[in-house]
Amino acid sequence: MNHMPKPALEIRNLQTEFQIGGSWYPAVRNLSLSLQQNETLAVVGESGSGKSVTALSILRLLPSAGARIGSGEVLFEGRNLATLSEREMSDIRGNSIAMIFQEPMTSLNPTMTVGQQIAEAIIIHRGGRQSEAMAEALRLLKEVKIGSPESRLHDYPHQFSGGMRQRVMIAMALACRPKILLADEPTTALDVTIQAQVLLQLDELKQAYGMSVLFITHNLGVVAQIADRVAVMYAGEIVELASVEALFANPMHPYTAALLRAMPRADRASDSLEPIPGGVPAVTAIPSGCAYAPRCSFRQRSCDELRPDLLASGDPGHLVRCSQRLAGGMRG
Amino acid sequence: MAATSASPSLPRPGGVWLAFSSNRLSWVGLALLIAIVLIAIGAPLIAPHDPLEQSIIARLEPPSAQFLLGTDNYGRDVLSRLIYGSRISLVVGSVAILIAMTIGCTIGIIAGYLGGLFDQLMMGLLDVMLAFPTLLLGLMIAAMLGASLENLVIAIAVTEIAPFARVARAPTIALKQQDFVVAGRALGFGPIRIMGIHILPNLVSDIVVMSSLWMASAIRTEASLSFIGLGVPPPTPTWGSMIREGFENILDAWWLAVFPSLAILLTVLALNLLGDALRDAIDPKLRGE
Amino acid sequence: MIRFAIERFLLAIPTLFVMLTAIFVLVRLVPGDAASVILGDQATEASLRALRGRLGLDQPLHVQYLSFLGEVLTGNLGHSLSSGRSVVQEVLVVLPYTIELTLVSIVIGVALGLPLGIAAAVGRNGWIDYVSRLVSLIGLSFPAFVSGILMLIVFAIQLGWFPVLNSNSGDPLERLRNLALPAFNLGLIMMAYVMRVTRSSMLGVLGEDYIRTARAKGVRPMRLILRHSLRNALIPVVTVVGLYFGTLIGNSVLTEIIFNRPGLGKLILGALNSRDYTLLEGLMIIFAICVIIVNTLTDITYGLIDPRVKHK
Repeated sequence: MNHMPKPALEIRNLQTEFQIGGSWYPAVRNLSLSLQQNETLAVVGESGSGKSVTALSILRLLPSAGARIGSGEVLFEGRNLATLSEREMSDIRGNSIAMIFQEPMTSLNPTMTVGQQIAEAIIIHRGGRQSEAMAEALRLLKEVKIGSPESRLHDYPHQFSGGMRQRVMIAMALACRPKILLADEPTTALDVTIQAQVLLQLDELKQAYGMSVLFITHNLGVVAQIADRVAVMYAGEIVELASVEALFANPMHPYTAALLRAMPRADRASDSLEPIPGGVPAVTAIPSGCAYAPRCSFRQRSCDELRPDLLASGDPGHLVRCSQRLAGGMRG
Repeated sequence: MAATSASPSLPRPGGVWLAFSSNRLSWVGLALLIAIVLIAIGAPLIAPHDPLEQSIIARLEPPSAQFLLGTDNYGRDVLSRLIYGSRISLVVGSVAILIAMTIGCTIGIIAGYLGGLFDQLMMGLLDVMLAFPTLLLGLMIAAMLGASLENLVIAIAVTEIAPFARVARAPTIALKQQDFVVAGRALGFGPIRIMGIHILPNLVSDIVVMSSLWMASAIRTEASLSFIGLGVPPPTPTWGSMIREGFENILDAWWLAVFPSLAILLTVLALNLLGDALRDAIDPKLRGE
Repeated sequence: MIRFAIERFLLAIPTLFVMLTAIFVLVRLVPGDAASVILGDQATEASLRALRGRLGLDQPLHVQYLSFLGEVLTGNLGHSLSSGRSVVQEVLVVLPYTIELTLVSIVIGVALGLPLGIAAAVGRNGWIDYVSRLVSLIGLSFPAFVSGILMLIVFAIQLGWFPVLNSNSGDPLERLRNLALPAFNLGLIMMAYVMRVTRSSMLGVLGEDYIRTARAKGVRPMRLILRHSLRNALIPVVTVVGLYFGTLIGNSVLTEIIFNRPGLGKLILGALNSRDYTLLEGLMIIFAICVIIVNTLTDITYGLIDPRVKHK
């Protein structure tokens, strides 16, 4: 019997728009994605690809003025998050879906102790007394391996290093055992060695809590370490979706291939790095055909005219958005 | 690079002008200020009567067709005195600010650039000056020097020196670490050249913004000092002394106090609007971006 | 925290010395000979010499400085030249009125300004925002005496709600009525300052990453504003209130004239008019001490609000 288990989160045709100079422009265009139970799905792309906006759209954390979800659905536990009231969303945030962010130095409130901030997450959603919540906060600090947690509980964020603050953020996010964790470049601002520790930690916790993780990053090295599946985003849409092994072994979209070639690797001489010419199109100036065409070495006339769809390639579970590729008109 | 808000941040140099010109209040401020300046310049042409001409029969008359804003205790036309009074306020305000700007910025730049003992000493002195309320400081200086136009300008200028020095010093300290300054010194540029040619131009926008706001403060101080009697001696009309007269006759002739008050209000408001708009245009965060 | 507070007070001492020295220099900088300035052109040589002796002006400068410091530190601020009473005594007579006015003004200013500023920041670019900004801009543009006079004309003279002349009565209701207009005059101006700084500070805080994190945790808007944002936004507000203290004293000079209230302001003015040298010097010293106390209290308040300040 081949049945697909129900995904933890399903995004259908999401369009998120920003208002610039009076008009609305899409930063995320008709995006569809499923996050399966217990999987780590990496979303990769350069700045401006719309990956962070996607995560913010899921939890409706976009700025209230000048941004909106134009259309589409975000299905979670039978409800469409895009249409819930703000009050209902507050119940979900930090509770069944949690998010951690990139800048540990500025993402914690400087005038509240670490213990208070973690305990707050618990009290908001589970109620209970301050003492119970603090006890739980202590347990969480131990779980993310913060030394001398009893005294650290009463310290302020500025008394922690960057890596430790990020662990505090993780503890805070996991306080209510969320089913889904959205991680927006949590390790980008950290040193490489600390990065490895935090990633390991996240993976252990994910196993222990049985969570699904949506991991946003621009670093393919991190993707290789932790992801089960990978979605590559460019100019607001997914251009390739595959398991991590398939993506690295057989990148189908020219952009993915270019990203891999541009990535420094230990087994390759550094003078074989190839930067990708050109830049990501601005939200206000997205080409009407294939968005990547202006920078693509396989560009054909038809690429500029028609916007390609994200379709299954020959390999199972491997989708790509490139008319040339699917037509088999390219080698490699 | 994750985005705090994924919308593109606000742009280029043209952006400042754009921000300024789209703010309605900034145009109101500018228009108001220009109007007042024009009135001051064109006083001899606009004023219906001679501001110094007295009339025994027309004392303390309420506003009428002949005397649009009424007459004062000596039968002089309030409107004409008001118009001529604008000259004093504007001249005193702008000259005082120019003096304060020159002295204050010089001190601030030198202190910021040299650092060390000189800086500490200057800052200590300036802190003491800043701690004193503008009005009291001006009051004491004007009282010691005596009431005249020149002394008024000096008193007000002194009260505004410290703020300018502060505003000039902070960016100087930041700038002197910057690469282009260090490079200049390595090339053997003298300190005066560096301060004058490299550092000063970067301060211009901050100083211009604050000048507008502090000129508003200067005019307020001028009015207050004139009200107390430490300004230009009579019979020259100044708004502050006119209000004082109004205060003395407040029960009988409300118009004597009200109209100069409105004049001061409008002038200070115009400068505040302008200064605010300039400052908001340069700093996007304040606009609520 | 206690240690922090003590540290702040100890740091204030050198500042006090600098200020005292500055006052010493300033007062003796009066162009010309102080004695002749006080007594006028018609004074005889004998009376000039007598006055100089009384004031200690015939001593060498460093001796004057030391005795000056000594007197200040022992609380002897000299005697008023016009009334003969000690400076301290003169001040104590009017101090309650000034304190009363200052405190009530600050309370009005903060109680009105803080919520308005928060509302303006939260409802940014909405109608509350525009109206508050306009109102506070107008409030800032009034010199204190102008607004005082206008209030006097409208509320006391025309409408008759409040007394025109201050009657120094002991009856509490009367006292309140006497206090109302001057307190509102100063309070509304203060409200304008507080509202503006609260607004801009809150706007800055609301855009911070940690507010986004709190929202992602599920914190509701009300708690987001009050518990998370406000405390972080308060520091510039405290700074402004502390700085405004000086301006408040300056404005109270004019307010006391207009509303005919006794107070430090009138005392200063009287001293200037009658060239009461010692009273003036004594008042400046008292004022300097007050400023230092207010600054130190402001610093300590920073420590209460922002834990990072304490640990530096």
